[in-house]
Amino acid sequence: VVSTYREHGHALAKGVPPGAVMAEMFGKVTGCSRGRGGSMHLFDAGHRFFGGNAIVAGGLPVAVGLALADKLRGHSTVTACFFGDGAFAEGEFHECANLAALWDLPLLLCCENNLYAMGTTIAHEQAETDLALRAASYGMSAWAVDGMDVQAVEAATRHAVDRIRGGGGPCFLELRTYRFRAHSMYDPERYRQKAEVESWKQRDPIELLVDRLTALGVLGDEIREQMTVVVREEVDRACAEAEEAALEPIEELTRFVHSEPTQEES
Amino acid sequence: MTATTVGTTYREAMREAIREAMRRDDRVFLVGEDVGEYGGCFAVSLGLLEEFGPERIRDAPLSESAFVGAGIGAALAGMRPIVEIMTVNFSLLALDQIMNNAATLLHMSGGQLSVPLVIRMTTGAGRQLAAQHSHSLEGWFCHIPGITVLAPATVEDARGMLWPALLDPDPVLIFEHGTLYPMSGELPEPSQQVDISHAVVRRPGKDVSLVTYGGTLGTTLTAAEQLADGGIDAEVIDLRVLRPLDDATIMASIRRTHRAVIIDEGWRSGSLSAEISARITEQCFFELDSPVERVCSAEVPMPYARHLEQAALPQPADIIAAVHRAVQR
Repeated sequence: VVSTYREHGHALAKGVPPGAVMAEMFGKVTGCSRGRGGSMHLFDAGHRFFGGNAIVAGGLPVAVGLALADKLRGHSTVTACFFGDGAFAEGEFHECANLAALWDLPLLLCCENNLYAMGTTIAHEQAETDLALRAASYGMSAWAVDGMDVQAVEAATRHAVDRIRGGGGPCFLELRTYRFRAHSMYDPERYRQKAEVESWKQRDPIELLVDRLTALGVLGDEIREQMTVVVREEVDRACAEAEEAALEPIEELTRFVHSEPTQEES
Repeated sequence: MTATTVGTTYREAMREAIREAMRRDDRVFLVGEDVGEYGGCFAVSLGLLEEFGPERIRDAPLSESAFVGAGIGAALAGMRPIVEIMTVNFSLLALDQIMNNAATLLHMSGGQLSVPLVIRMTTGAGRQLAAQHSHSLEGWFCHIPGITVLAPATVEDARGMLWPALLDPDPVLIFEHGTLYPMSGELPEPSQQVDISHAVVRRPGKDVSLVTYGGTLGTTLTAAEQLADGGIDAEVIDLRVLRPLDDATIMASIRRTHRAVIIDEGWRSGSLSAEISARITEQCFFELDSPVERVCSAEVPMPYARHLEQAALPQPADIIAAVHRAVQR
């Protein structure tokens, strides 16, 4: 998985321990990037989580290369690359969409279209706002999915990955979603109406899933409360551990600019 | 044992280096614009497609950012890619990937992700290709922590630098001056290892140190011979490695000659020559008998007309004039 600077959920889903993610955001040595990456640059090589890329569309070429290596070596791995509607305006996206299709790479392009590139609405940024339609023009399978519907996203992803594994080449998923919070702590949100945000919150994907599972009788009040408690404890524990963790000594500042000799070499 | 040598060219030496690397390690592949069917814009990879096939001699579309980034991703996944960028001016289209990913990922990931990638590109003027194919921007790349920058100026270095560059666990950029490809020379047979960490003295001398690299090595050696006719014995240092700079070799020379002239085809302002000059001042100030002199390209976009282009570039006469200024003080 290659992701963006809003990658925390992807990192957790890929198996990066919550404590390591939280410690990284605290800038601690126990963080998954030893405090050198921070919130925008979570990495975990062991879990094949390749960041945490804060240059919009900058992760796409790297994902192309990971997929190329798998193809050259005959591995069945699929590389998933997350990016947003803003990245679709970058040249790197178009170079990579072409290259992935041209080289027939096992790459899943996941475009999280939340309608805003920072504070610019998609209509102000894209001449044609149907992103799946445009992605399809590169000769790959591409379709749009209701990004607020967990089951729809799961089904579409499964279908896409099966297709890629079956030799169908790269796929593009436009996950139509929304950003509830501001872009960053410094964002006064002058560019959108509160009512718009509230209307999208009515379709909160977690609540929608909970309602659906409750209606199906899978999720009762008791389990739900239990899950809330478990999650809260996990978050509290991650925060407490991060608070207490050590900082990287300043003497270590210049480490990892170049690789360090391994035991055999030194 | 008597060493035998074979005649070759810089272009052929580079091709042999790629061929050897491809044969030694099946993780190595070459990717770039026109490297396959065309045989390489400068015919460096001519014939390699036939030997290694299109998977490993991989033609890329005109998408510098995508195929340089693809090299980074493949390197992360354990491959040993050689990415060819046609000219340094085009590398600007991939600067995001080189700077923000290749040079940065190891540190940003807390030491987890090294990028064993080699990027080769042509640099420099002298071929009347004007202002979008002729600049010497290697000095810019020397600003970036996390990468090694090489400038082979001889047939021997063209042959020998690639393999140690591929063994490096971190990104290495190799700048090949466009005027050097047809240069002929002799290579030891079998080929010898070269290091990618030291500068070398190409011509020993006692009166002044001429510090240069890449395309201006020949110009500087020519100037040194002419200076010798006038009784000035110049030492010529070929930097070979532009980052990290081999300060020890430079300073040892200046402690012998007490005078320094830096010859750099890059522009003067904010340049590699400025960096070297600053280091000499920091480390050898009290050894100097005269101020450090610099011979650089004129601060203009490289013009097309031959007489203008040549006027913009460091010439032996410019170097000789700078040496005279240095020794007369």
